Amino acid sequence: MTALATQALPSRAHNFAYLDEQTKRMIRRALLKAVAVPGHQVPFASREMPLPYGWGTGGIQVTASILGADDVLKVIDQGADDTTNAVNIRRLFAKTADVATTTRTEEATVIQTRHRIPETPLREGQILVFQVPIPEPLRWLEPRETETLKLHALADYGLMQVDLYEDIAQYGRIAQSYDYPIEVHGRYVSSPSPIPKFDNPKLDRNPALLLFGAGREKRIYAIPPYTRVKSLDFDDHPFTVEKWDRPCDLCGATDSYLDEVVTDDKGGRLFCCSDTDYCEKRRAASAEKGMP
Amino acid sequence: MSEAPLLRASGLGKSYGRIEACRDVSFGLWPGEVLGVVGESGSGKTTLLRCLAGEIEPSSGTVEFRDLQDGFLDVHRMSEARRRFLMRTQWGIVHQNPRDGLRMTVSAGANVGERLMSAGARHYGRIRTEALEWLERVELDTARIDDLPELFSGGMQQRLQIARILVSKPRLVFLDEPTGGLDVSVQARILDLLRRLARDLGLAVVIVTHDLGVARLLTHRLMVMRQGRVVEEGLTDQVLDDPHDPYTQLLVSSVIGA
Repeated sequence: MTALATQALPSRAHNFAYLDEQTKRMIRRALLKAVAVPGHQVPFASREMPLPYGWGTGGIQVTASILGADDVLKVIDQGADDTTNAVNIRRLFAKTADVATTTRTEEATVIQTRHRIPETPLREGQILVFQVPIPEPLRWLEPRETETLKLHALADYGLMQVDLYEDIAQYGRIAQSYDYPIEVHGRYVSSPSPIPKFDNPKLDRNPALLLFGAGREKRIYAIPPYTRVKSLDFDDHPFTVEKWDRPCDLCGATDSYLDEVVTDDKGGRLFCCSDTDYCEKRRAASAEKGMP
Repeated sequence: MSEAPLLRASGLGKSYGRIEACRDVSFGLWPGEVLGVVGESGSGKTTLLRCLAGEIEPSSGTVEFRDLQDGFLDVHRMSEARRRFLMRTQWGIVHQNPRDGLRMTVSAGANVGERLMSAGARHYGRIRTEALEWLERVELDTARIDDLPELFSGGMQQRLQIARILVSKPRLVFLDEPTGGLDVSVQARILDLLRRLARDLGLAVVIVTHDLGVARLLTHRLMVMRQGRVVEEGLTDQVLDDPHDPYTQLLVSSVIGA
């Protein structure tokens, strides 16, 4: 680069949305392939990011590659907008891409998430980016990458069923409660990332584009809008989601995923929505109506 | 014996670099027949078995399996998908070391049910019923269906391996030293079991062993291997009682009462 061009650069020390353009192009190519083959894990040249593996390096790279100047970004961690991970990732992109940020699900165009899908239904045009630690659903059963590649290629998924069988044999039910294996578009068995199985039904025919990034494992995969997603199960042990016998203690919601919060050292417990935006919205609405 | 063999090997050879593990092995195996492969250790028995079972690709020659619909198929030239399908439906290997044949991290029931689930079974109750049935047939305590194979004795693990394979009703079974490392009374029970199952199910069996006693008890026909080649072949009684090849004579004379 000539001295003149260097001078012409804006004063900030990094490219738009942190990653350089070549990296973003490489990731976008992987994303296109991932969208074309729903549920198939596409390898990509994952970069070092300014945070440790396991904190969302895959998700950040995907977000950085799809973010445009007019996007509105929301970042959640376990459903909450105000946790360390979410705050820092949101701040990173506010700073490096100068994009608008929000905590409101319906306002966001790009939502990066760890461990949850928002309770507010997503709509067409929105993109949900998942942070994925282990993208390979067969990994715990088959440690060899050469073998899992083959199993995917041949759609040989008996092994996954063995895992579920084992659950029923040991616990009387399918005890897997998060990262519950899914079959995407009737073909690839994939990991939904460690979302609670409560969120699995939201993956099915979702109007939004769902992108998955695994930074350490260097894999990207996708579920395009309105794709059929089935949670694996047995005919006589069908897939079910968690239920609570009480509503959210803060907003009274009966249809959301509840976190159990210890409030004191005398056995005090609080059950509240893990989706903070959803909870706040409901509380604001009932306050308007003059209800407690 | 029916007209066509179930398995046909011709000119089979496998080299590892300069070392020829086995060479120019040809034979046919008919349904219901038990073929023994004997020889000292390092004579290429296990390599031959793994070539036959489609686990490793031979350097020369062919292995053909007679499919019920499509007739003879070259095991090493068919698509991998097809080969894997046949490997878990039409035949199976019982390994010398149960750890090679079992999934040690899942229960006995899951081990037996795996082939059913691979074939598309999705009804837990039925898979379990069938697993229980097979545990009983191989004389394992059905109360231990949810135990890990880790907790089983060597003989029980071997029987579990057998159940795990037979559950898919294969037509062909490969046994690699199925009684190696087991004490004599356990060996006898496994041999009894194998003999009964082979007869009842009309299985074709290839059994690799260095134990001539096992060969005498179980096999109809015998192949004697030395340094990768078949030195003698014939009916078991004939080979053991009237060995022609000097090596076979040595082998037979070295065993008391075989």
